[in-house]
Amino acid sequence: MSLMIGRALPLIYLAAAASFILALKWLSAVPTARRGVVVGAGGMLLAVGATLLEPTIATYRWIAVAFAVGTAIGIPMAMMPMTAVPQRTALSHAFGALAAALVGTAEYYLRAPAIGRFAMGALALEVLLGSLTVTASLMAFGKLQELLPTRPVVWRGQNVLNLSIFGLAAAAGVVLVLHPEAAWLFPPFIGLALLFGVLLILPIGGADMPTVISLLNAYAGLSAAAMGFVLDNKLLIIAGSLDGSSGLILSIIMCKAMNRSFANVLFGGFGQIQAQAAGAETRVARSAAPEDAAEILRSASRVVVVPGYGMAVAQAQHKVRELYDILTKAGVTVTFAIHPVAGRMPGHMNVLLAEANIPYDKLVEMDDANAEFPQADVALVLGANDVTNPAARSDKGSPIYGMPILDVDKSRTVLVVKRSMSPGFAGIDNPLYYLDNTLMIFGDAKAVVGEIVKALAAEGTH
Amino acid sequence: MIADLETGLYVFVLATFLGLEIIRRVSPLLHTPLMSLTNAISAITVVGAIIVAGEQKTTLSTVLGTVAVACSTINLVGGYLITWRMLRMFRKSGKGT
Repeated sequence: MSLMIGRALPLIYLAAAASFILALKWLSAVPTARRGVVVGAGGMLLAVGATLLEPTIATYRWIAVAFAVGTAIGIPMAMMPMTAVPQRTALSHAFGALAAALVGTAEYYLRAPAIGRFAMGALALEVLLGSLTVTASLMAFGKLQELLPTRPVVWRGQNVLNLSIFGLAAAAGVVLVLHPEAAWLFPPFIGLALLFGVLLILPIGGADMPTVISLLNAYAGLSAAAMGFVLDNKLLIIAGSLDGSSGLILSIIMCKAMNRSFANVLFGGFGQIQAQAAGAETRVARSAAPEDAAEILRSASRVVVVPGYGMAVAQAQHKVRELYDILTKAGVTVTFAIHPVAGRMPGHMNVLLAEANIPYDKLVEMDDANAEFPQADVALVLGANDVTNPAARSDKGSPIYGMPILDVDKSRTVLVVKRSMSPGFAGIDNPLYYLDNTLMIFGDAKAVVGEIVKALAAEGTH
Repeated sequence: MIADLETGLYVFVLATFLGLEIIRRVSPLLHTPLMSLTNAISAITVVGAIIVAGEQKTTLSTVLGTVAVACSTINLVGGYLITWRMLRMFRKSGKGT
C-alpha cells in the first residue's frame, strides 16, 4: 500500500497542478468561474489526501488538531461581509506567508548544516519573503481595519532606514547560505525580515492598498514557490508561481491605474504631499438636497453611477440597488462605472455590487465607461474622489496628473454624494466640485441614497 | 541534485509564464475572487507542512509544522469557501434575484 502511494504521489501532484491551472483558466469569465473553483478544490483535496498516506508520517495527532483549528478559523473568515474582504485578504496573505516561513524555519533546524547550497538559498528566500510578508500583511490588515492610522506615517530618512534594514536582512541571508552552520544568525535574520515588513507598510496610505495587497499576494506566492525548491516539490513550485504571477499582474494593473511606479507606491509616501495652497480664491460649490437629486434623476434617460470607497464605508450598496431598481423600472438606463483602483483592493466594487444583486453586465470598466459619459444625462458619484478628479487630465502641477480617471465631468449633470468638502485621501483638491454642471449632495452615502429612493418612490405613488 | 535544480527552475519559469498568460485573461470584474482563489491554491503549502508536523523529528519541527498546517488550512478552507460565495453573487440581468 505504502509503496503504491509512493509511486502514485507524483502523478497525483501532477493532476493537482493541472487542476489549479484549469481553475484559473475557468475564472476568466463568470459563467465558467464556479466550475473552476470546484475543480481547484478537488485537486487540492486529492493532493492533501494522498500526502496523508505518506509512510514518513509518524503520528496524525497534531495534524488532526491543526486541521480542526484551521477549519474553525477558516470558515468564519469565509463568512465575513463583502465590505470586509480587503481586510480578510490581507489576513490570509499573512497566514499563507506564516506557513511558508514556519516550514522554512523547521527545515533549517532539521537539515543545517548538512544542507545543499542551493536548497539553503531557496530556504533563505522562503523565510525572508515569508517573514516580511507576515508583518507587512498584518500592518495592512491593521490599516484596513482602522486599528492603525490609515494616513501614511513618514519621517525623514525613512527610505534610507528601510533599505538598510532590508540590506542587513539580505546580507544575513547570504551569510547563512555560505555558512549554514552559523545558526546564531538565523533568529536575527528572521527578526530583521519581520521588522522590515512593518517599516514597509508604515508610509503607505489607504488609497494605495490595492497595489500593496497585490504585491503582498505576489510575495506570499513566491515564498510558497521557494518552499517548493527547498522540499523539491514541483506542485508547490507551480502553485507558488501561479500565485506570484497573479499578484504581479494585479500590482501592475493597479500601478498603471494610478500612473505610478512600484517604487513610488512603496517609497513615495503618497498622501503626505499636502496640496500646494491651490490659489487663495474662494470657489463656491453648489449644493443640493436629495429631493433635488431625485428630480434630476427622474428626468434622466441615462445614468452612470460611480462608486468608490465611500460607498463601501457607508455600506450603501443595498440602497444603491434600490435606486437601481426604481430607476430601471421607470425606464432609465443605469450602469456602473468601475475604476480599477476604486475601493481598497482589486475588484472590490464589483463584489460589493454583486452582493447587492446588481447584475454584473451593468458593471462597466473604465475605458467603456469613458465612452458613455458624454451621452449620459447624470453621473452619480458615490464616495469616489480622486478617480474622478479632472485635474489628472489638465493640471500638470497636480500630484495625480496623468492618472487615468473616469470622465464624469463630461456628462450633462454630475451629482456628487460626499460627507463634506474635505479633500480625499491624497489631500488634493478636486476641481470637479466647482464645475457649473456639478451639484454636491452632502451626507452619508447610505442616508443620501435612501432619501433619494424615498423621494422617487413618493413621486411614483402620485 | 543539480538535475533536480534544473527541472525545478524549468517548472518555475514555465509555470510563471503560463500564470501570466492565464491571469491576464481574467476579467477585472473577478479580480477579488481571483485573489482569494490564488490564495487558496497557494495553501497547497499544507502538504509540506503535513510532512514536517507528522514526521515528529524534533519538538521544534513538530510545533512549527503543526502551526503551519493550521495556517495553511485556514487559507485552504476559507479561500475556496469565500471564492465560491463571491461567485454565487454574480448574476446577469433578468436572472432571478
